[in-house]
Amino acid sequence: MKRFRMHMLLCGGTGCHAAGSLDFKEALQKELKKHGLAEEVAVVETGCNGFCAMGPVMVVYPEGIFYVGLAPEHVPELVEEHVLKGRPVERLFYREPTGKELLPQMREIPFFAHQMLIALRNRGVLDAESIDEYIARDGYQALAKALTQMTPEEITGEVKKSGLRGRGGAGFPTGLKWEFCQKAPGEEKFVLCNADEGDPGAFMDRSILEADPHSVLEGMTIAAKAIGAHQGYIYCRAEYPLAVHRLEVAIAQAKEYGLLGENILDTGFNFDLHVYQGAGAFVCGEETALMRSIEGKRGMPRPRPPFPAQAGLWNKPTVLNNVETWANISPIIIRGGAWYASIGTEGSKGTKVFALTGQVNNIGLVEVPMGTSLRTIIYDIGGGIPKKHRKFKAVQLGGPSGGCVPEQYLDTPCDYEAIVKAGAIMGSGGMIVMDDATCMVDMARFFMDFVQDESCGKCTPCREGTRRMLQILEKITQGEGEPTDLEVLEELAPMIQESALCGLGQTGPNPVLSTLRYFRHEYEAHIYEKRCPAKSCVALLKFKVDEEKCKMCGLCFKHCPVQAITWEKKKPAYIDLEKCIKCKTCLDNCKFDAIY
Amino acid sequence: MAKLKISDLAKIKERISQGTSLREEGAHIKITVHMGTCGIASGARAVLGAVMDEMERVDRKDIIVTTSGCAGLCSQEPMMTVELLKEEPVKYVYVDANKARQIFHRHVLEGEVQTQWALARGSE
Repeated sequence: MKRFRMHMLLCGGTGCHAAGSLDFKEALQKELKKHGLAEEVAVVETGCNGFCAMGPVMVVYPEGIFYVGLAPEHVPELVEEHVLKGRPVERLFYREPTGKELLPQMREIPFFAHQMLIALRNRGVLDAESIDEYIARDGYQALAKALTQMTPEEITGEVKKSGLRGRGGAGFPTGLKWEFCQKAPGEEKFVLCNADEGDPGAFMDRSILEADPHSVLEGMTIAAKAIGAHQGYIYCRAEYPLAVHRLEVAIAQAKEYGLLGENILDTGFNFDLHVYQGAGAFVCGEETALMRSIEGKRGMPRPRPPFPAQAGLWNKPTVLNNVETWANISPIIIRGGAWYASIGTEGSKGTKVFALTGQVNNIGLVEVPMGTSLRTIIYDIGGGIPKKHRKFKAVQLGGPSGGCVPEQYLDTPCDYEAIVKAGAIMGSGGMIVMDDATCMVDMARFFMDFVQDESCGKCTPCREGTRRMLQILEKITQGEGEPTDLEVLEELAPMIQESALCGLGQTGPNPVLSTLRYFRHEYEAHIYEKRCPAKSCVALLKFKVDEEKCKMCGLCFKHCPVQAITWEKKKPAYIDLEKCIKCKTCLDNCKFDAIY
Repeated sequence: MAKLKISDLAKIKERISQGTSLREEGAHIKITVHMGTCGIASGARAVLGAVMDEMERVDRKDIIVTTSGCAGLCSQEPMMTVELLKEEPVKYVYVDANKARQIFHRHVLEGEVQTQWALARGSE
């Protein structure tokens, strides 16, 4: 009897046959012959060994190695490595499904791999309502250092060196702002936190306050020492009840520990902090309006200068920063400004938190080093567009004050100046991803509606101008646009930008201007052809079926909520316009773009 | 609690690290339910409720149940992290009350990771 040096026992049960063991066997025998091994190695087909779920399976003797999930493309590697060189192919081994080895590491998951956490350093790891856990993660060490080892000038110096810029959107250098306030004459000064996050689609600040309120408290207390303030307020909107609750718990705990109040950490320094709940007016995120609101007046902006660093809350020198900026302070004090400045780009240092939302797979909160491209954020971290038959169209940055960045500028890095060049603003970090089912005119209309609604009415350009722009945009989306409309929009926009009193009005026309810049053809299609290219504006849709494109699949028929569609197998669908309520369900479900 | 001095910070850190970090003679297992607005909105309270309910039945002193904020991946909330002594923490996504009960019995009590619902192991 012939002796073989190796036996390959391939399962020939029905299960493995169905899974392709015959193809594998054929490929294996061919490969063995090619290497002249047919006389040395026996390929034997055995009966079912019971492990059909992982088939085709094979046991190789003399080693007794159990391979699973085999396919013909594994053959060359198996023969070359295992048969010729005697090195079993480990990746095809059977593994006990204990799971631990199979689970990827957090750092291997693209969503987390590209992130770098500074402001969000404690996310998901500590109990937000336990000051002890914050202290256990080196909390309040920065405060101890600032209070005992640093002069006010050294603190502002370190923050200046870090290159940290205001994360609320405008990007003013934080250290410089503190220095102005430090040098401003006056006994009484204030430290404020802007937690009036109001951009549609933004939730960075809320998340920080909910997950790590002490990081904000600590940052503010350090600034208080730097500018010589003894009072502070956190202006948080009442729509964030959980954030307000956790802030209040945190403040009470800090007071109990003597980390707020009188004689902090036994150093003789006093600083007290209160939460002020705003009623949720968007304009109260503007610094001067925010301060008036805390003073108990109607939240309306006033002209600057004087800037808050000279005359802020109750006309006293005031430092106001947003939540994310405050959360960055402690790491800068502990690790030094130079460390922070080593991250990021020339003009934008450190990291930035973005609230990634819209038409993207991984909706969530991401913190990336400055300089990371928008493409990395949307595709690598965000996982791209969820609907397979849809394409990326644009990403809106900076909410109603910002603009959209289209596909061709997706390689723009996160950098205050670079993003402005691409036609948007860094903003506070709202990042809304849109696919080709979004009508850009309608998107501009949405933001203009928001700005118009939130305008406080103090200055005419904003109060009347944004209303006029909204009327025009509504007209266009209703299919009643006229050729002169675009000219009027383009005339109004710079006028409002230049003459409005505060940032709300000055930046209000931005979404219109940026969509006009990149998607002018969509406006023109609405006006001249009475057509909405994204098939989003209901008034411009006919709700008819293109019989050439219709694949007669019946999906529209199945999803129509009012049975307005008639359809039979092998016949194109038909929409009864009498019954149709124009809900667009059929359009959303048609994979072939056949309804118009 | 008296007012802290700077030296107290280190003491608290040590005390808490002993309490929250897992070790032979103390807690062996830590369960964290992520309770940011995103988590709560998608059902984290029901998850926490189920875990607490199971805790009452088993009477184990070496299991800590705690809450935390958003872990970043809001679209896959509710999330829950299980950490066993000497092992890397495992993060579960899209948890509901029933899954939480199974994770509690199979992973927490018997050490068998429920791979089908787990996102990853380790920390960021």
